[in-house]
Amino acid sequence: MDERAIRLLKAWQTPKGWRYWSAVNNSEVGLWYTLAAFAFFLFGGVLALIMRIQLAVPDNDWLTPEQYNQVFTMHGSVMMFLFAVPILEAISIMLLPEMMGARDLPFPRLSAYGFWCFLIGGIFVCGSLFFGVGPRGGWFMYPPMTTEYQTDVGPDIWLLGLSFIEIASIAAAVELIVGTLKCRPPGMRLNLIPLYAWYILVVAVMILFAFPPLIAGDLLMELERAMDWPFFDAERGGDPMLWQHLFWIFGHPEVYIVFLPSIALVAMIVPTFARTPMAGYGWIVLAAVGTGFLSFGLWVHHMFTTGLPGISIGIFSAASEAVAIPTGVQIFCFIATLLIGRVTKNAALLFVLAGLATFIIGGLTGVMIAIAPFDYQAHDTYFIVGHLHYVLVGGTIFPIVAGFYYYYPLVTGKQLSERLGTITFWVMLIGFNVAFFPMHISGMIGMPRRVYTYPGGMGFDLPNMISTIGAFTLGIGFLMLLYDVFRPKGKQPLVKRNVWNAGTLEWSGEVPDKPWGIRSIPIVTTRYPLWEQDNFLRDVDEGNFYLPDAEEGLRETMVTSTVDAEPMQCLRVPGPSFLPMVAALFTGGVFIFGTYHWYWAAGICGLFSFITIVTWLWTGTAKIPEKDTKAVGLDLTLPTYVSGPAAVGWWAMFITMLGDMTAFVSLVFGYFFFWTVHDEFPPAEFDGRAVAGPGMVWPLVAAGLAGAAWVAVLLARRWNRIGQGPKEPGDKFPAEGIIASSTTWPFYVAIAIACGLGIASVASLFYGPLKNEMDPTHHAYSASVSVLVLWTMLHTGVGVLMLIYAAARRLFRKMDADHDADMVNVTLYWHFLVLTVVITGTVIALFPEVA
Amino acid sequence: MAKFRKPKHDKDQPKPMRARMWWIVISPSAWAVHFLACYITAAIWCEKFSDSGNKRNLDFGVTAYTLVALAVIAGVTWLSFKNFRRSDPPVPFDFDDPNERTDFLSFTAFLLSLLSLVATLFTALVFVMVRSCD
Repeated sequence: MDERAIRLLKAWQTPKGWRYWSAVNNSEVGLWYTLAAFAFFLFGGVLALIMRIQLAVPDNDWLTPEQYNQVFTMHGSVMMFLFAVPILEAISIMLLPEMMGARDLPFPRLSAYGFWCFLIGGIFVCGSLFFGVGPRGGWFMYPPMTTEYQTDVGPDIWLLGLSFIEIASIAAAVELIVGTLKCRPPGMRLNLIPLYAWYILVVAVMILFAFPPLIAGDLLMELERAMDWPFFDAERGGDPMLWQHLFWIFGHPEVYIVFLPSIALVAMIVPTFARTPMAGYGWIVLAAVGTGFLSFGLWVHHMFTTGLPGISIGIFSAASEAVAIPTGVQIFCFIATLLIGRVTKNAALLFVLAGLATFIIGGLTGVMIAIAPFDYQAHDTYFIVGHLHYVLVGGTIFPIVAGFYYYYPLVTGKQLSERLGTITFWVMLIGFNVAFFPMHISGMIGMPRRVYTYPGGMGFDLPNMISTIGAFTLGIGFLMLLYDVFRPKGKQPLVKRNVWNAGTLEWSGEVPDKPWGIRSIPIVTTRYPLWEQDNFLRDVDEGNFYLPDAEEGLRETMVTSTVDAEPMQCLRVPGPSFLPMVAALFTGGVFIFGTYHWYWAAGICGLFSFITIVTWLWTGTAKIPEKDTKAVGLDLTLPTYVSGPAAVGWWAMFITMLGDMTAFVSLVFGYFFFWTVHDEFPPAEFDGRAVAGPGMVWPLVAAGLAGAAWVAVLLARRWNRIGQGPKEPGDKFPAEGIIASSTTWPFYVAIAIACGLGIASVASLFYGPLKNEMDPTHHAYSASVSVLVLWTMLHTGVGVLMLIYAAARRLFRKMDADHDADMVNVTLYWHFLVLTVVITGTVIALFPEVA
Repeated sequence: MAKFRKPKHDKDQPKPMRARMWWIVISPSAWAVHFLACYITAAIWCEKFSDSGNKRNLDFGVTAYTLVALAVIAGVTWLSFKNFRRSDPPVPFDFDDPNERTDFLSFTAFLLSLLSLVATLFTALVFVMVRSCD
């Protein structure tokens, strides 16, 4: 090993001993994430078997109705929130950088934070079951059941525990979007990226628009449960349908969020075993992007029986049929690739085929129930249970099992047993179909879902017994897989490099793999570099490409342009740290103590969580580098610090704020939703007293003040740059000639003014409702105004804290005129903030006049 | 040192659709806006005006939305179609050349436009076939 390689290895070394848990590198975090998600999957599977025992015979009293409700609620919630979504993030965090020849994702500590949040939240939610206090309102938690009739702690555990995990999902989405768009190897144009990355890009964007409505819904329901704000209480002008809308705007895209990444695994496995490039690359991108869009137009098909207007139902039925087109296209592409290739038999491929066949059956029943009249009959019966398991097991779980067989050698250097794999395949496939096919029949003859037992002699006995037998067979299949994954393989030889002879970059690693991700960051000119580029592996190994060395001992990777992947920056990524774990512990404390209404403890955790996160940002982000540019090899010199739209941090802020705006828009949607369901909105009088609003003046004053604060922020960003050095050799200094080039006071003044105006805006936004004595518990109108005010005040408060942070950075010379990423990102936050305040102000002040 | 091609940085790409990744989402976005507009209009109309109002107003609105959406989608379809090389088969586009990237983007935009066209017509068709709020 040459000197360069030794230095590189040292920079990327995984910490040893107990410090191992401070690792943030994508290979460690991805592995922990995968194992944790898989553990939750097994837990969810055991819950399923418990249900099947209960339902095996009629009139069974093995479980009480209460226990059964907890078990089925947790089965659904665990499988969706603790397995299906996290496993996609886990696999992507582990594999995406490898597929793109990157050393790591751009924000390794964010991934680690997301993982720890997920683990803590998951254990908390699952643990509730052992104390008999688990949520029992179904995985969709419909009010008024979960607001009026279940006043115990169960729904709070669901709402707060899972909101906490949703935050982890959004963190992963930010990471994956920026990773796919900005961390590709030089030359990997949009038409050359691995299909997996296309799918993950689409899915991450979907997460960004799908999860926030649910977070908004969780917020509303928790406010109703904890503070009696009547969003879903029909007696006080609320409407349970609002929850259903918010839940399913999340819930249906969610199905595609868990399905597409698994299909993405198929798109990586099929070409390898067909030994030919994927047929119809553009068609598959069409399918991924098209499905991503259309999946947002399907949510009402979960609500066909709620009495919505026929036209609304028709619109969503039509979209539900349309989504079958792109979904079908990708399946045809896979089949075509298998047909034109020379297919080799393999356990991984068997599971792919099982997945495709199963998914097609589930898809066809899906087309049936997308037709409203059929759905009226099948709704809430076991037919739906059969359908959704065919879709989810066929579309998600079988491909993931295939992924286990396919990628196991990449992670461990050992191979799973082919012989055992084939047996496992048959056991699982038969077990699955025996378990779930009879459910279509029991559903068609009328067996309802979510009942803890059924009377004998109605024709349900036989199909249920068969289902139970099948479920246990499937369970045995998973035990066999588990055994194969964890059996000691000490004597088994290591596999050879690129064991399947695949063409994509993730297989370029040595066996056993080194922690550096890739020896040198290659130039990619084809879709399958290992197949199509001469001497590729040799050049990678010899360090002939970019960044083969770590002269400064720092972890570095490359940032490239979005479309054509032209080199833009040498990005320093942070190394191991316990900060993300500690931050996640405290953040978890906020949610967990909040569940039990221990607000003091929650507040203290919140404070510590804030301190930890600020420490993390202060010490780890936007560091001023020791030199402005760095030679990265092949006669290329790249900047080490960039700010604005070229910087990954800017993208992360932009993407996070898109998600934040989506949640805000969901709250505004709530306000207008109440307008549509009431004849008079806002109502003049309710329950014998006048319904107070926020008034017109103060919300508008708040909007105006926020606008003025925003202008001051823009000036602060501008004045921070006074005395900026030349960007390129030969540039003139920016013409700020009036003020001496080293002056910093205008910056601080602008920050102070912006903070003052921001605080004034918060105060006046609060003063309107206060002055009019608005009571949030009075009517849904008062509650929906109050939640907008609350949301906006919190965001403005955060905006002010950010400004103080930026000023402190400048004061302590962590930021200067040339290195202004912090200030630029804070300004970006303020763009979104001013939009939020103006929308809130004008809507609550002026809409009552219009209505 | 082995031979490999450095990425090309051609400046002479006069095609109207250059490096614009956003291009591929215009048509699906047009579908999404049309879909939401139709849904919201129908929902409000059914809640507020179905007793008193004339259904012709609703039909007029939906027709207007549909014409705008179809115009946008048709425009994107045509421009994308002009952009990929019709002389060659549209697969595989897997070479390292800015032309390939443009062809790929326009081909994908073209396919997405066709899908959006179908989906938009599906939505509009509902108003022809389902004629009541019940």
